[in-house]
Amino acid sequence: MTDRPTGEPLVRLTGVNKWFGDLHVLQDIDLTIDRGEVVVVIGPSGSGKSTLCRAINRLEAIQDGEITIDGQRLPDEGKELARLRSDVGMVFQSFNLFAHKTVLQNVMLGPTTVRKQSKGEAEKRARELLDRVGVGHQADKVPAQLSGGQQQRVAIARALAMDPKVMLFDEPTSALDPEMINEVLDVMTSLARDGMTMVVVTHEMGFARRAANRVVFMDAGRIVESATPETFFTNPTSDRAKDFLSKILNH
Amino acid sequence: MVQFFIDNFPLLRDAFLKTLQLSVLAGLLALVLGTLLAAFRVSPITPLRGLATFYVETFRNTPLTVVFFFIIFGLPQIDFAVGFFTGSVLAVGLYTAAFVCEAVRSGINAVSPGQAEAARALGLTFGQSLREVVLPQAFRTVVPPLGNVWIAMVKNTSIAAGFAVTELTASLQRLSNANGGEILLVLAAVVAGYMLITVPSAYVVSRVERRVAILR
Repeated sequence: MTDRPTGEPLVRLTGVNKWFGDLHVLQDIDLTIDRGEVVVVIGPSGSGKSTLCRAINRLEAIQDGEITIDGQRLPDEGKELARLRSDVGMVFQSFNLFAHKTVLQNVMLGPTTVRKQSKGEAEKRARELLDRVGVGHQADKVPAQLSGGQQQRVAIARALAMDPKVMLFDEPTSALDPEMINEVLDVMTSLARDGMTMVVVTHEMGFARRAANRVVFMDAGRIVESATPETFFTNPTSDRAKDFLSKILNH
Repeated sequence: MVQFFIDNFPLLRDAFLKTLQLSVLAGLLALVLGTLLAAFRVSPITPLRGLATFYVETFRNTPLTVVFFFIIFGLPQIDFAVGFFTGSVLAVGLYTAAFVCEAVRSGINAVSPGQAEAARALGLTFGQSLREVVLPQAFRTVVPPLGNVWIAMVKNTSIAAGFAVTELTASLQRLSNANGGEILLVLAAVVAGYMLITVPSAYVVSRVERRVAILR
């Protein structure tokens, strides 16, 4: 996007380290995401990019370092952590819509249980959001009756219903059939245009070029490069990024 | 034969109702306590997990008759006396809760971890995500095993016969003493009493199972 982010830090990772057993999956990560900024995280599989994304709302606990959201340190457990998570929207690769609830109920659950909104209020807002992502007419179906692309758009609406400060996307299109990828990316692009702060782990380079303010390239648990999309795609500095780009762009 | 039933109908009826009463009360206790224990067993709080595991291993590995003895004759020694009927409900209910817990826990484990993750990511607390997202899905998969637990439990209430509760098995002892020549008839009547509870339950279970099946 052309708009510059505000320069006001919203998510800050400082000296973050994480191990899975002996595997050092996040190594000395320092990353600041400004309010209104769209950061796309790319890298080969196993580079730690999903783990990084999941660490931001503590679905993965880190062993060392500090993560703050809007100036507040991530609590370890309990109600404080739940409250903080309610301000961080998350969209998963496998959608994870609640299988026993209708599409509408999926979107209403957070606002009614966490924010204690009334049913009527939550339903009105849920229907608006479902219309916005283009699945308003599917509101009374259960998730399994929808296509993958539709399910993912419902998942985005579910996250938006909490009015999050930041949205995390963990490979949101990787489980989709090719013809459904664009319908999800379009919704994400429009969110970015509206000024939502976003961290997007993806392999969709077109989306990165179109919507990102910044591309972060990870390899082997480290942030190797962090640059604007133009700079990154036309003039990467590290050999590892050059090699990665040559593999994915030249066909 | 008809005369036998006419003569003994009141006793059989009361005994049947007593078995039904024992089963329903113990079943409710087991369902509530068992679900709570299952929630403890998957809780992030270590002492709760330990407590629930201790409970399950203790009751699951103790013969039910011993549980009866403990509650009806053991508890009065620590100044906690309960009547024979209440004691029987407690014994059967507390014992069966361990099996309900394990059935529900297996159901919880069968719910894809992404479901709980999505709930937590929305800001639901552990209890809320269990109540709103995980347990409703877990119960759907545990209907058949819970049906088995229920049927086993109905038959287990027969141990109360040894503790002065006149339920079906106690009526069997009494009737066979009085009608030595018609022992087969007595047996048939008592078996029919149990089946009157368990066979319709199996039907209800299969109906419920079909009703709550979810599309995945």
